[in-house]
Amino acid sequence: MTASTPELTQESRSAAFIFIFKKALISAFVAFVLFSLMIGIRTEAGPTGQLVYWTRFEDLATIVAIVFGGSIVIELLRRWWGPAPTARTLPPFVQRAASVARRTLPPLLLIFALLVPVVFYDQRYVIDTGIQVLTYVMLGWGLNVVVGLAGLLDLGYVAFYAVGAYSYALLATNFGLSFWVCLPLAGMLAACWGVMLGFPVLRLRGDYLAIVTLAFGEIIRLVIINWQSLTGGPNGVSGIPRPTFFGIPLTPGDEGLAARLGIEFSPTQRVVFLFYIILALALLTNWVAIRLRRLPIGRAWEALREDEVACRALGINTTTTKLTAFATGATFGGFAGAFFATRQGFISPESFTFQESALVLAIVVLGGLGSQFGVALAALTLIGGFELFRGFDQYRMIVFGMAMVLLMIWRPRGLVGHRAPTVFLKHSQAISSELTSEGRG
Amino acid sequence: MDYFAQQLINGIVLGSIYGLIAIGYTMVYGIVGMINFAHGDIFMIGGFIALISFLILVSIGLTAVPLILLIVLLVSMAITALYGWTVERIAYRPLRHSFRLAPMLSAIGMSFVLINYSQISQGARVKPVPPIITGGYSLLDRGGFVVRLSNVQILVVLTTIVLLAIFTWLVSRTRLGRDMRACEQDQTMAALLGVDVDRTISLTFVIGAALAAVAGMMYLLYYGLVDFFMGFVAGIKAFTAAVLGGIGSLPGAMLGGLLIGLIETFWSAYFSVEYKDVAAFSILIVVLIFLPTGLLGRPEVEKV
Amino acid sequence: MSGDIILSVDRLTMRFGGVVAVNDLSFAAERRKITALIGPNGAGKTTVFNCITGFYKPTSGAIRLTHDDGRGIQLDRLNDFRISKQARVARTFQNVRLFPGMTALENLMVAQHNALMLASGFTFLGLIGAPSFRKAEKHAIERATHWLDRIGLLGRADEAAGNLAYGDQRRLEIARAMCTEPALLCLDEPAAGLNARESSGLSELLLSIRDQGTSILLIEHDMSVVMEISDHIAVMDYGVKISEGAPREIRDDPKVIAAYLGVQDDEVAAVEQELGR
Repeated sequence: MTASTPELTQESRSAAFIFIFKKALISAFVAFVLFSLMIGIRTEAGPTGQLVYWTRFEDLATIVAIVFGGSIVIELLRRWWGPAPTARTLPPFVQRAASVARRTLPPLLLIFALLVPVVFYDQRYVIDTGIQVLTYVMLGWGLNVVVGLAGLLDLGYVAFYAVGAYSYALLATNFGLSFWVCLPLAGMLAACWGVMLGFPVLRLRGDYLAIVTLAFGEIIRLVIINWQSLTGGPNGVSGIPRPTFFGIPLTPGDEGLAARLGIEFSPTQRVVFLFYIILALALLTNWVAIRLRRLPIGRAWEALREDEVACRALGINTTTTKLTAFATGATFGGFAGAFFATRQGFISPESFTFQESALVLAIVVLGGLGSQFGVALAALTLIGGFELFRGFDQYRMIVFGMAMVLLMIWRPRGLVGHRAPTVFLKHSQAISSELTSEGRG
Repeated sequence: MDYFAQQLINGIVLGSIYGLIAIGYTMVYGIVGMINFAHGDIFMIGGFIALISFLILVSIGLTAVPLILLIVLLVSMAITALYGWTVERIAYRPLRHSFRLAPMLSAIGMSFVLINYSQISQGARVKPVPPIITGGYSLLDRGGFVVRLSNVQILVVLTTIVLLAIFTWLVSRTRLGRDMRACEQDQTMAALLGVDVDRTISLTFVIGAALAAVAGMMYLLYYGLVDFFMGFVAGIKAFTAAVLGGIGSLPGAMLGGLLIGLIETFWSAYFSVEYKDVAAFSILIVVLIFLPTGLLGRPEVEKV
Repeated sequence: MSGDIILSVDRLTMRFGGVVAVNDLSFAAERRKITALIGPNGAGKTTVFNCITGFYKPTSGAIRLTHDDGRGIQLDRLNDFRISKQARVARTFQNVRLFPGMTALENLMVAQHNALMLASGFTFLGLIGAPSFRKAEKHAIERATHWLDRIGLLGRADEAAGNLAYGDQRRLEIARAMCTEPALLCLDEPAAGLNARESSGLSELLLSIRDQGTSILLIEHDMSVVMEISDHIAVMDYGVKISEGAPREIRDDPKVIAAYLGVQDDEVAAVEQELGR
């Protein structure tokens, strides 16, 4: 509260209460109407195919009461916090702390990641979650090239993931090729698909580009489901071989790595191996992305995001620039897909829905477009958060959906609010993300 | 030939449903320039509301079918319109001056919320409903294939025509319609001239949602079932219809809807049923690449 | 026009639906000279620019650029980025179009994209850190630094372009265009919004650019700048050319005065008498 706010008199306080009460009443009434049928009545397909239903009026009453109470709480909070400040200037010690954090957190996080399998060797679940998080970090870094750097809104990123996964799965089960041979192949196939996808949609802007990429993603999924002779349809592909350590498999027998090293075999070893593979792949993605950003192509991507017309006026071929962005992002998606296939041993079209694309996109946006560290942090938060609520599938999706809405309202620029320039004369000054464009397509 | 005629009828009916949903997409895109990702799920909610309303009315003993239909129509339109209003207030209005990606991501979030809300509140299984309107007419019976026009089909098309007439009148003759067209052109100027922009935009969403509710109810009557995921695919197809007809054009949305309905029906009948969704999505891509302004839309020149 | 022509616009017409924005326009710009295209608002000047620089495809007519060595290029057939890349025509925009989230230095580096892409071996040499690329990059930074110095922004090279003052942004946009090493520089209202001191600074900059060998085509409303630096002027109104010649001739041309003041041609003499000219 600023010092200029006058003391609330008894009258204005009661007027405020009446206002809040009325607002809460309206919210409760709206909630009542909205939820009356959907929550108050529960239908279900009965045993003989007819429709049965029962009432849940207590649930309805509870929810309406929550809405009423919540509305009061929110309104009170809003008054207590005052109007949203238009220019948020942080005190200098916070800014200094933030810049120190910016420099030290990434290496710390890396060291932590390297040590996870060591520290949590007995808790396989933790290592598994770590693999999950790292997979999404890699996907996030891949999509970041397309959305964060080049400003091209891609809602169908899962298509590249799927192409990578199925490429490895089919090549391995049909031709017996090893993971290490198939990995670059998967990347290349995904890149080809990226170019084929990118080529026709280059002229499209913003929302239209988003919808078209979404359509492509869905087409891939439907083709996978229906082309049963090739992909096994809804049954998927199983028996996908696991990766070997330079040709030595990680199995319990005598040819296994454990036997050769003279240590006792444990199934955890394979999980640890997978962890380090995905960590290496993710770090490779990161390294390439950072390097590319400093090269002319990366700068062209960011310039494309800032102002496409100006790029064309400078002689930049925006068509090829967009295509390389798509292809690069696709390649990393393909790698991640191949890894996913080898980790699971089994894939099916159910893993490649639009929900996945939206999740990766949320990670990129939450992370702050273009920021590598932000994306990693966002993946950790979102996927970690998801894992915590495992078992509440639909509830966590509702929370995820509302979180996306709230994120857009409060912090649309993501967790990391700045951009680091790629070349500087004297010293690098972080540019506030309010200045950077989000791209028009 | 008879088979063809039957598919023609089926296609027009399906197209009417798509057209009603498409109008919502096109109106919203015209006025605020965003693709309302959650609109397909509003259609789904409309279907559910209609289902539950039917259930209640039947179980309290009402038997007059026309009366039931009318009540269900009004109730589902009203409640679904409120859903549309709420979604706009919560997820889109705060973002009106935010950057371009924001409303789209917010809409995607809202779509997830609606889909999972429906899944949690009504269970994940498909809900079947016994045919409420039965009977029809045999149009052609030359001993081979019988061409039938069912009463449901007549109802769907008639309802669509009536509603279309009402809303066309609304947009072109009333003050609200004029306000909507003003906001489409220039929101700031409209506000300066006394148009309540917030209310106009809200009403646009409300009308779109109401029409989607009708589509949901028609879908329920025609196909006899609803499920929580039906909004996703139908939404993309309806959006395709809106783009095909020319985004921003009301008659275009209906025309696009009919075309998509016909194409989908004929594709399923003559080629393959499994790939019918692929066909619809491919049309979207083809239209956006080669004919982005659609059939009845206005071409846009980029100002440099 | 006696000199060596670098750009010739021949019967250019641009139609948007029913509106004819440019009607049968012909004029020429001389090499190593400053040519100004002036006229009241809505005359079609920016449309002409957009046709020359490839953002619009002309409805009819020809635009031809002639290089130093005599090679000619038909600009009306090229895409926008090719015009910049192959014909070496650079432009600035009426509403400054910088890359606001990138620093001033980065803006100038983006302008040298094509040269750097070649040097980076289409990225591959760059990825492995080849010394040839590093040398090219150093060269590019030097060129950028040179221009930043010329426009007085060297001290602010690492600031976000979006944070710069308006006058600085305009000059940065010109410097960015110059970093593409153009033969012809097209400027769309470079003096708009500048005060008197900034305008004279701009005039100095443009004259020095011309003296170094770059030809300039300029749209401008600020008559002091136009009269001070132009070697040749073409005047447009309602999409057609109404006059062309040296600055002094244009200043005294009754048709031009009438276009700006908005009187009928036959009344011009009477108005002039009233004004005591």
